[in-house]
Amino acid sequence: MNLVLRLAWRNLWRQPRRTWLTTGAMVFSNVLLVFMISLQFGMYRLMIENSLQAFTGHMQVQARGYIDDQKMRQTIPDVASLAGKLREELDSDAVAARATAFALASSEDRSYGIAVFGIEPQFEPRVSSIPGLVRDGRYLESADAAEIVIGTVLARNLRVAVGDELTLIGSGRDGSFAAVVAEVVGIFDSGVAELDRTIAEMPLGLFQDVFYMDGSGHQVVVNAPGLGQVAELRRRVAGLLPEGQDLVVQDWDALLPGLKQAIQADISSAVFMYAVLVVLVAFSVLNTQLMSVLERTHEFGIVLALGLKPGRLGRLVMLETAMMGAIGLFLGALIGGAITAWLGMRGFTMPGMEEMGAKFNLPSRLHPNVTVASLLSGPTVVFVFSLLASVYPALRLRRLRPVEAMRAV
Amino acid sequence: MNTLRILTLLAWRNLWRNHRRTLIMLGAVVIGVWAMIFMTALTMGMVNDMIEDSISVLPGHVQVHHPDYLDDPNIANLLPMSDDAIEKKFAPAGFLAWATRIKVPAVISSERESRGVTLLGIEPGREEAMSFVDYDAVEGRFLEGPDDDGLVIGRKLAETLETELGKRVVLMSQDPDNEIADRGFRVVGLFTADVQAYEEQYVFAGKETVQKLLRVGDGVTAIVVLGEDYRNVEPLYEKVSALVDDGVTVSRWTELDTYLGTMLRVMDGFVLVWVIVIFLALSFGLVNTLVMAVFERVREIGLMLALGMKPSSILGQIVIESMMLLVIGLAIGNLLAWATIKPLESGIDVSVVAEGMAMMGAASVLYPQLRIEDVVLANTVVLIMGFLASLSPAWRASRFQPIEAITKVN
Repeated sequence: MNLVLRLAWRNLWRQPRRTWLTTGAMVFSNVLLVFMISLQFGMYRLMIENSLQAFTGHMQVQARGYIDDQKMRQTIPDVASLAGKLREELDSDAVAARATAFALASSEDRSYGIAVFGIEPQFEPRVSSIPGLVRDGRYLESADAAEIVIGTVLARNLRVAVGDELTLIGSGRDGSFAAVVAEVVGIFDSGVAELDRTIAEMPLGLFQDVFYMDGSGHQVVVNAPGLGQVAELRRRVAGLLPEGQDLVVQDWDALLPGLKQAIQADISSAVFMYAVLVVLVAFSVLNTQLMSVLERTHEFGIVLALGLKPGRLGRLVMLETAMMGAIGLFLGALIGGAITAWLGMRGFTMPGMEEMGAKFNLPSRLHPNVTVASLLSGPTVVFVFSLLASVYPALRLRRLRPVEAMRAV
Repeated sequence: MNTLRILTLLAWRNLWRNHRRTLIMLGAVVIGVWAMIFMTALTMGMVNDMIEDSISVLPGHVQVHHPDYLDDPNIANLLPMSDDAIEKKFAPAGFLAWATRIKVPAVISSERESRGVTLLGIEPGREEAMSFVDYDAVEGRFLEGPDDDGLVIGRKLAETLETELGKRVVLMSQDPDNEIADRGFRVVGLFTADVQAYEEQYVFAGKETVQKLLRVGDGVTAIVVLGEDYRNVEPLYEKVSALVDDGVTVSRWTELDTYLGTMLRVMDGFVLVWVIVIFLALSFGLVNTLVMAVFERVREIGLMLALGMKPSSILGQIVIESMMLLVIGLAIGNLLAWATIKPLESGIDVSVVAEGMAMMGAASVLYPQLRIEDVVLANTVVLIMGFLASLSPAWRASRFQPIEAITKVN
């Protein structure tokens, strides 16, 4: 075995230029793959986390059908006590009840249609980042005071500041006229334009009074410790729901279907690009190995005549490729990892990143994140396809006739 | 001239001396070129859809507003020009299509539900050419004139409001003095849109009806103008700027929707990067093939040199050999790309990820777009960079010392 190894290694360096060019193709693709995959998956995680953290949460308990229609009547009866029960059973504070309605918000000189949420001031900070992002004033404290917090963009559009009053006009759960005057106590800046422009929050108690909710609400938001625990927690929550109320648990990809699909669409176009790169490398390896087999016809003829089995020669060729592939994998992962880690530390930006970031809740400076998976997945695929490409040259050896081969020049 | 012919002939024959190697390399070039063009066509198709969809919502390529309106889209920020004055200036200018409109935020309520929407007071006849709504596909009817007192809303919005054709809904907004302005409308039409979010966001009413509701006389918030080509908006921008006074802001669509304006630029850049990356991956194989071709012919090249062939001719011969390989690869690759894109031009259904596409601003059917300039770009990059890549092996071959080369044993 040792002999075959040595033989393969020496064969590789009989034509150093050719070997380096072929490995070069692998290294080039591997560096690109490591960087792109690290960047991509880091971006996806950020997109998901930033989008969920802000407001949506990992999962929500809702009335069946609410997710599609979001109608005022599709309520959870006695929502605060359901949230309390979940908190107790799950032994976690990351559970909060909400109710929501559309209303016309009017200040001194402006009126806009907005989504008003009734929230539990005590627990909301555990499921949403908005309470922590209040820039002016403070977040809600009391459970039923006539207070409201709104986003920066909305505050600017309505031309209000902390201390001003807003009039909300809408319809209650039963369709009757609902109106309230509330004082703006805080203005938040979540960085998600959509939220900053369209959302206002008031205490759940006040909301239920104003919109004739009779103790009911629309969602109970539940957060898991991390994305990985969502599925498991979801099963537990589903088991705890009261019988006969027709409630369901929706997880984040049902709540924000666009997010998951945008990621899927992006992955499929990326996979196409990666596949093309890998195929081109495989062609390069095929060409090199075929040439190296053909130019050694004479030599192979001799060793076959001396009694070597064609199968062993085939393995020799595969071994040469494996060595080349290993060098490519190692150098590619090393260089790719180093470049990516360096960019990850410094952060970098691309033209258009700011606008893209605003759309997908990403910072305008990206920090790609090297993980074992992102470091090895691409290069491993390149390695495997390189080996596959050398199967044909290796198989050709089986057809070699010693006498004819020895005559070849 | 004769030399060139001989060199070409030599290069051609040399190319097929090792047909297996040439064919493999050719295969790589074909796949590379195909991928360059195919991917570019898909990307460009997506960008084009996104932009056309969004321009049809804006609508138009150039818009005129009150300087404060874009930041604060409120009815108080009316255009400081009367409808008459606008009409007099814009009508004779010969635009492809133009219209004046009112666009303000509003709340719509049925007896069951309320939603925040964008109210558009329009002149239906004038906007038909640029609207995202296909008037003929509207269930019920679309608005018939600026004084139509019906309301056209999206099908999805009607569903959420639990209302239907012929029913009444209430619209609430504000007048310039921030007095609540509301009135009941009968729903006369339900429209559908490629992007479902539009069905929930926009409601259409007659321009004069809205002017009466908001108590603004004959004031409007915007002039929208459509041009021939969204990529070349500058002439239109200048033409419109010349028509209006100083007290207003003229904006190109790239400024109105900065995300799309940026995407257009980024994607144009992406095409070039993609083509270059693919070529670089190819170039290793190309250089490798040429190096092999040169080194197995060392003796022969030495002989040619010894017989008096100029080093520049050797160089030329190798470069021609490489260019022939690339040109054949390009021809087949282009043809293959064309053959795969043509049948897909009627649209690729990507509705599995419809909402994701909507988030990016694209519709759920992808129409690949084969643009001649992208094909030219890909071909030019391959030829120029291919030429540069083959210089090194060719240069090396032309520098051989005849004596050493002839006596070299493989």
